[in-house]
Order: sequence, then C-alpha cells, then structure tokens
Amino acid sequence: MGEAIVITSGKGGVGKTTTTANLGTALALLEKKVCLIDTDIGLRNLDVVMGLENRIIYDIVDVIKKRCKLKQALIMDKRFECLYLLPAAQTSDKSELNPEGMKEIIAELKQEYDYILIDCPAGIEQGFKNAVVAADKAIVVTTPEKSSVRDADRIIGLLEKEDVEPPHLIVNRIRNHMVKQGDMLDVDEIVQVLSIELLGIVADDDEVIKASNHGEPVAFQPNTRASISYRNIARRILGESVPLMSLEDQQGVFSKVKKFFGMRT
Amino acid sequence: MITIKGTREGLTLYIDDSCSFSEVLKELDQVLSTKYTDKDEPMITVTIQLGNRYLHKEQEEALREVIRRKNKLVVQSIDSNVITKKQALQWRDDSEIKAITKIVRSGQVVEIVGDLLLIGDVNPGGKIVASGNIFVLGSLRGVAHAGANGNTDAVIAASYMEPSQLRIADYISRSPDYESEGVYMECGLIDKEKSKIIIDRLQVLSQKRPDLNGFERRILNG
Repeated sequence: MGEAIVITSGKGGVGKTTTTANLGTALALLEKKVCLIDTDIGLRNLDVVMGLENRIIYDIVDVIKKRCKLKQALIMDKRFECLYLLPAAQTSDKSELNPEGMKEIIAELKQEYDYILIDCPAGIEQGFKNAVVAADKAIVVTTPEKSSVRDADRIIGLLEKEDVEPPHLIVNRIRNHMVKQGDMLDVDEIVQVLSIELLGIVADDDEVIKASNHGEPVAFQPNTRASISYRNIARRILGESVPLMSLEDQQGVFSKVKKFFGMRT
Repeated sequence: MITIKGTREGLTLYIDDSCSFSEVLKELDQVLSTKYTDKDEPMITVTIQLGNRYLHKEQEEALREVIRRKNKLVVQSIDSNVITKKQALQWRDDSEIKAITKIVRSGQVVEIVGDLLLIGDVNPGGKIVASGNIFVLGSLRGVAHAGANGNTDAVIAASYMEPSQLRIADYISRSPDYESEGVYMECGLIDKEKSKIIIDRLQVLSQKRPDLNGFERRILNG
C-alpha cells in the first residue's frame, strides 16, 4: 500500500512543480515506484518540466469523466521505468475535477505505487481542496520571502483541518549571500514561525532552471547542489536521517583547494 | 417497374422511380420469388439503383427486408441520384475549406468540420482538430489532429513544423525526445505501408495525395 503526498505552498512560483518533479526523480533513483499527479487543471506544467509533454494523449479529467481507463492516461518517464505521470488537462475547466474522483484515482494508484506525489495548484480554492483530499502526508514549500512564508502559514492552517498528518517543510531557493547580509529570511527563523518539521533546504541554483528548460529534472544530475538536496530530501522521506547540507558558497580559494583534492564541501 | 441485370459482381435491380413505393415492394416480392435459385450456389450480392427516388430510413429498411427474406440474396448497396437538403449541406460542410486567422495559444482548442486553413500559429499546448485536412500558414508547435472522424487520407501541412504531436485519424506520432529544430514547408501524412505517420516535403503531396486537387473528388467520394 503506497503513500500519497501532496506538495503545496499557497503562493505561486515558489517551486511546487519543480519540487514534485525532482522528488519523484530522486525517489525513482532510489528504486521506488512513483506516480506524479498534476492537479493544476488549465495551467499544467509538470509534464513540461519532466519533458513528457509530447506523450500526453489522455489526462486526469478524461479519467474522472470515464473517457479512458487510469492506466491509459499514465505516462511512463523516459528515464525510469518505475516513474509515471498522470498529467492535468490543459483545455478543461478547474471545476471538472472533484474530490470523489480524486479519492478514487489515488486509492487505485496506491495499490500499485510506493509513492504518489500530488502537485497542487497555487491558491486555496477548489483546486487545492481536490489535491489535498486524498493525501496522507503534505509537504509545504516556501521560499525565504515574507510573502511566501505568510502564505505557507495560511496553508498549514488549512491543512490542519484536513485529514492529513502534520505537514513537513521545504525551504526552496535560498541565496546564502543574502541570508548572511540579513536581506533574506534565515531558515531557522522560518521554521520558528511556521513551527513544523523541516524536511530539507534547497539552494537557489541556476542548474534547476536550466534542467527544467531541457525537460530533465535537476535531481537526475550527479552533483549539482540542488540535485544533492533533492536526493537528500527523498532519503529523508524514506525515513533515513540525513544531515542538512551546508549552504556555504563553494567559491573562494579554500574551497577550490578542497575541490582540487576531491573533497566535497 | 423493376429491371434485373446480372453482372459478374451479382445482380443489379433498376427500380423505376415514377411508381409508388408500396407497389415497388409488392412487385419486388413477386419478381424475386419467381426466380428459382439453386441451393448449392454461393450468396449473390444485389445492388439497387433507385434512379431519382429518395428513400427514408424506414423505407430503406423495408426494401432490405423484402430482399433478405429471399434465399441467397445479400444487399450490397442502395444507390440513388437524390439526397436530402440536410445531407447536401452536410456534404458542403465536410468539403469546405474554412479559413481562420488566429493564434491558437496554450489551452485553446479550434475544432472544425471540413478542412482547416489556419492563418496564424499553434503554440505548444494549443490544439487544432479538423475532420478533413489541416493547413497551417504559420508555425505548428502544438497538437494537430486531421481526419478526426477516421479519414486516413487526411494530411497536415505547415509552413513551420515543430509539433508536439501529430494525429491523423487514429494514428498518433510525437516529437522526438532529443531537442530538435522544426522543419519548414513540410507535411505529415499516413504511410500506408509502414502504417505510421511520416513527415515529408510538401512537394510529395502531388504524388501521394493527388485527390487533394479540386473540389469534385469530395462530391464523388462523399
């Protein structure tokens, strides 16, 4: 019996879709059977980030409207045989998704997959409710910005009313030099305000944007900072205890020397 | 009233179009029952020529019923010179080229009956569907579905072709996984031998789909 995890944030543009794609990839690297679900009807993106857009024939609305079977709508990833995607519809309306349908789909997927990652749309309306209704766990993504933390707080409040375990936090897009200067919220501060368990931190990394533009999640790359972070988070999801990665910049003479000796900071 | 002709393919019944339908049925019943057929012979196919007579659904069924009752006879087709206005309009709809000027953006769908001439682009995530052929004067970057009702002869042509998917009738092809440039002035069509959609230069259409010329073929083919 698998586990359904919803990835949500409230605010748009903080990296829900990127996080979903990368955690899915990282879990697949650890040989888990994973299914990603995009619930952002009308503004689907997960398929683009995964580079699977050209394979979509049926989508989640087709499944809910019984125009096809669930198996027909699932798309196998081009890199992993254990990673699948259930794409959102691009042309339909948000109202076409309903909580009952979502419950049915996720119950069916749980039979076969170890992890079901649900990419939640931005906002707190029906789309959010549909995404959350069938989830066992929740991951809240935030960036170190006040507005994003505020929205995360709101979402955590809403999640408390739902039938899910207490959510975990991912702080995304941390720029260490700005945190040092005090221009960006520090991770401890955020955790203190939101008072939920921290699952991981991800540094702001150009590679993430580069990779998603190529339709290949960054977690697939061997040793960029972001990919290591995502793989660490995946291991924590599996229950391992992995220490948080240092955010220190790798520049500077000292780290170059370290690199020269093949040491990793 | 009824003339029967035998051909290599079977029987052709010419039914006079100036008498009443009930008389036709009566006479047909008599004529066919007087013809004796040998038990060992294979089934005989029957083609019916109605001339300028129009039959609606029930009449057609009654006619078929009379013939079905006879041994060894199978109705292959019923031909008439006349059709209803509704059918005629449908025909025109199916065979017309509809010109649309629009940029089809992500999430938008343009669906038409007949051939589509799109003057504009189809962006990724956008979709165009036509029961006939599709011609795009612009860039095709989204999904195009030609021959949506099952016409495997339909083609998709575009000034710039970089589609995420091409669909013709019930065939689907998708763009390659490596990042690739699009191509200019090309068309997609079903290769019957390979049984898949191929993309080729526009110039091959004159050989591979000569029927694209002119309007008449559509009237003749229905």
